[in-house]
Amino acid sequence: MSKGFLEIENLSQRFPQPDSSDLMTVFEGVDVTINKGEFVCLIGHSGCGKSTILNVLAGLATPTDGNVIMDNKEITGPSLDQGVIFQNHSLLPWLSARDNVMFAVRARWPNWSKAKRLEHAERYLHMVGLDHAMDRKPAQLSGGMRQRVGIARAFAIEPKLLLMDEPFGALDALTRGVIQEELLKIWSETHQTVFMITHDVDEAILLADRVLLMTNGPHAQVAESVKIDIPRPRTRATLHQEEAYYPIRNHLVDFLVEGAKVMSAKAQEAAARGDNPRHTPRIVNPAKSEAEPEPGPRMVRAV
Amino acid sequence: MLSNLNFRATVLSLVMLVVFLGVWQLATAPEVIAPQQGELSEYEQLMGGGADRSSSSGIPAPTQVFSHAFGELSNPFYDAGPNDKGIGIQLAYSIYRVLLGFALAALIAIPLGFVIGMSPLLNKAFDPYIQILKPISPLAWMPLALFVIRDSNMSAIFVIFICSIWPMLVNTAYGVASVRNDWLNVAKTHQLSNLRTAFTVILPAAAPTILTGMRISIGIAWLVIVAAEMLVGGTGIGYYIWNEWNNLDLASVIFAIIMIGIVGFLLDASLAQATKFVRYAD
Repeated sequence: MSKGFLEIENLSQRFPQPDSSDLMTVFEGVDVTINKGEFVCLIGHSGCGKSTILNVLAGLATPTDGNVIMDNKEITGPSLDQGVIFQNHSLLPWLSARDNVMFAVRARWPNWSKAKRLEHAERYLHMVGLDHAMDRKPAQLSGGMRQRVGIARAFAIEPKLLLMDEPFGALDALTRGVIQEELLKIWSETHQTVFMITHDVDEAILLADRVLLMTNGPHAQVAESVKIDIPRPRTRATLHQEEAYYPIRNHLVDFLVEGAKVMSAKAQEAAARGDNPRHTPRIVNPAKSEAEPEPGPRMVRAV
Repeated sequence: MLSNLNFRATVLSLVMLVVFLGVWQLATAPEVIAPQQGELSEYEQLMGGGADRSSSSGIPAPTQVFSHAFGELSNPFYDAGPNDKGIGIQLAYSIYRVLLGFALAALIAIPLGFVIGMSPLLNKAFDPYIQILKPISPLAWMPLALFVIRDSNMSAIFVIFICSIWPMLVNTAYGVASVRNDWLNVAKTHQLSNLRTAFTVILPAAAPTILTGMRISIGIAWLVIVAAEMLVGGTGIGYYIWNEWNNLDLASVIFAIIMIGIVGFLLDASLAQATKFVRYAD
């Protein structure tokens, strides 16, 4: 098997249940490879363990089984190699926007001079368009601006892997659109490897190179890896004019409405039979396979 | 609108003050004193023949208190022997004891509270002791302190120490324990050392709660010092009040009561001011 930049190998998470001695399997057998510089989104219904996977990648959670290897090193705990943007911005409220970013820069490069740290922090705040608001505390910023500071902070430490857990989930639709485009702009400048969780199909199509689809839990699996075959640069305004847009969108929505449930049922049957749950996601390119008839309920491939 | 409200509140406050002082003045207005008949009673002899009966009830009128206060405040630092020191000196002794006892308590309570707050194990282990020690009246420690320390001044400081320690300890532990998980995750994902996390994340996050504990502590310490000084005697505003009561100088007692209130207010206000520096909007 060729080694990618980030290798998620046979990852499983099981929790003890309050009313039974059996463990509850949230997800299992997840095998995913992510290449350097790739933007990958993970979509799935609530409760399928998306955030747990992200927390494992961040080093904030320990999986029951399996491991994650990044750049030939196993992830065993949180580090500056993994930048995280949480849904609830998690800025330190007693620091100004500038100091919040400085805080991260200082953690990353403790030996830098103050002037160099300042210059670096302000460069990233400038990228997210916060030149005028650097001295403000998080409470004096709007929700969108706070999330921008969070983005600047995460990009500023130049992590090997940037993790985002529904970063725009708490924002109104207009702000979300603006920040998505800003995120695209920064990403195209830095070519950061990004792993992002989202609920929003259009957001995933706009941002991602590849969308991972997760079936419902329990026994959730990453069932498909959908290639977003739309040329960059992409903009929200023109995205729906792309030929590939509707096939991709339909495929993703179909999966979320129907496929996730059907496959989840199959996965649970397989688990009841005791099959090896380890699987690699099926690679799908809806833009190219339009001529094919819509496949019926897909088989989950076991490796 | 706001300034209008402030203005009206000020006017109302002044009206209340004037009414209160007026009633006080009228209630203590001197009666026509009947000429002395016969022998002086023993009490009157003790009181100097009752010659100086300027008011009906013995309570001095506000004008007397103010003229007395003016006299005291115009020379607050005179020292004419152990039983006759200016109000400034007495207050300084009390403030010195409160601040020293309070500082010693902070020196122990804040680091200890930090450790207790960080460790659920220590939190549970210390809890029964804190719960039992906290409600003990600080003055109950006085005999033990006098016996062990054998110094009345240090015993008073110890009493202040023991009454200041609990609110600071409890608040620091609570503040540290309830630092948001998000912020701790920020520290973790930035690979901060435990020490750096404590100083750059937990301390600023818990600082408002810690300062609230300090503010409660200094308030209690100022309440307790008056009683403690009445017990140990010698110097301080508590001793001053008790001494003036023994002199039956009620004007001095009332003046001292007002001064205790003002100093207590200033102590509280200075910590409230300090709280402003560490407070953050969330």
